[in-house]
Amino acid sequence: MELTQILTIAAKEFRDRMRNRWVLAVALVFTVFSLVIAYFGGAQQGSVGFRSIEFTIASLVSLVIYLIPLIALLLGFDAIVGERERGSLDLLLALPITRLELLLGKYLGLAAALTLSTLAGFGLVAVLLYQHISWAGLYHYLGFMLSSVLLGLAFLSLAVLISVLARDRTRASGLAIALWFFFVLVFDLLLLGALVGTGGRFGGEAFAWLLLLNPADVFRILNVFSLDDVRTLYGLASIVPTSLGSPVVMGSVMLAWIALPLAVARWRFK
Amino acid sequence: MASISPASSAAAAVSLRGVAKHYGAVHAVDGVDLDIERGELFGLIGHNGAGKSTLFKMMLGLVPPTRGEITVGGAQVGGRDFRAARRHLGYLPENVVLYDNLSGLETLRFFARLKGAPRAQCLPALERVGLAHAGQRPVREYSKGMRQRLGFAQALLGAPQVLFLDEPTSGLDPQAIRDFYATLRELQAGGVTIVITSHILAELQERVGRLAILAAGKVQAVGSVQQLREQTRMPLVFELQVRAADAPAAAQALLQATGASATPTATGLRLACPREHKMAVLAALAPLGARVLDIKMHEPSLEDVFFGFAD
Repeated sequence: MELTQILTIAAKEFRDRMRNRWVLAVALVFTVFSLVIAYFGGAQQGSVGFRSIEFTIASLVSLVIYLIPLIALLLGFDAIVGERERGSLDLLLALPITRLELLLGKYLGLAAALTLSTLAGFGLVAVLLYQHISWAGLYHYLGFMLSSVLLGLAFLSLAVLISVLARDRTRASGLAIALWFFFVLVFDLLLLGALVGTGGRFGGEAFAWLLLLNPADVFRILNVFSLDDVRTLYGLASIVPTSLGSPVVMGSVMLAWIALPLAVARWRFK
Repeated sequence: MASISPASSAAAAVSLRGVAKHYGAVHAVDGVDLDIERGELFGLIGHNGAGKSTLFKMMLGLVPPTRGEITVGGAQVGGRDFRAARRHLGYLPENVVLYDNLSGLETLRFFARLKGAPRAQCLPALERVGLAHAGQRPVREYSKGMRQRLGFAQALLGAPQVLFLDEPTSGLDPQAIRDFYATLRELQAGGVTIVITSHILAELQERVGRLAILAAGKVQAVGSVQQLREQTRMPLVFELQVRAADAPAAAQALLQATGASATPTATGLRLACPREHKMAVLAALAPLGARVLDIKMHEPSLEDVFFGFAD
């Protein structure tokens, strides 16, 4: 494996997203949404204005869980299939570069763009709200930022897998939306349905472990468990065993969610 | 098929031995033997679906052959040393769309880096295809012909020893086509081997050294255009312009000389005869002197030859 080849591809992908202002646009979306949530997140409870960083993080978690998977899937779904459709894939593969190098280069370039926009967007929020954030709050907020990055990288990995499997861009975009729908909207409903439908016989420990099959749930657990005050806000907290509450364990699960789809993508990339 | 001596095949720039590619029951390429010499401008022609693209992709190592062996530039395609060999290959795929966001120069720098070619080659490559003036402009502003020329410049990076060009002249205007072939001749003179496909057979006819006609996954014929003409045994066609009064005498002379009967046309006679009768026809017409107002001789075109083999 040659690092220069990977970096050359990655640099081009990253520069593309910088140049068409994708990074800037996504960062701004994160900043604006976060500020709106920070100030108006408590409106349902009858108060407007900044409450606490913990509540802001809790509200942000539910926003990010929808937004980041969608952004990551849209960013990566045509990484390979797009090149294939324009005829440039053959050209790239006829160069002294392996399929793995191309795949990693694509992934790393897009990952850098997504990571930069996530960190810049939420980082700006932290700067703007610095008066309201304690050291403990900052620690949790940094944890939230880091887990948001991991969530994005996991879905980006799934997107790259789609881009390898799909025959054309149209199918790839359909698949990306379907995947978003499944992981973000349907998965939890199915689990909950199974739990309620079986009168709770199906559940307990097994139920909690099933949550690991969804990177969005892993993200939620990661953040819920870092905030003692917020645990009670989520019903989930009472059924998730504390062994899953360890950020190291959950972080590792997230890393697996990044590595596994990429490995399958490499295997299926012919 | 033209025979190639073992001595020359050892020096071949591209060599295929019993190469086949099967997709299930479909035999896209079915047992191809071919040697392309160093410094040769070699054409590959065939109908769509004849196996040209598959053959191209196998020579580039993009698709592994079901069986058979391919070497390009002395290295076995798909082998361990092929990565190094690829630094000295140039490839222009058919209908490639390059990156809209990059400028022409950035596009070349991107490919140069991947190919391990010096950055300093990029500007000369742009100059060579006549795009130096547009190097800073984004590719999205390029015309179809300019994009095609940029693709060609990309193939020239890394001082390739073997060039694979798939329909390289599509979208080019007549002047650009001339310039393109002039560049190919320069490269050829420098020892570069060029494998080219084109649907415009008239364009290849005068320019390729040899070509292979591919049909149904097999090489139907290999050789120079002249050798292929001889192999097809397609007739030569003479068109004579004579006055109506002289036509019977001319027809009689031709019949005696060649055994073939001429057919009358609006301006005279038309005769189709085997090519070995060429001199006999001219000899038979000589005694008629000025009574023959004009003579035109038509060799079968590459297109005629192509249909003779491909159908």
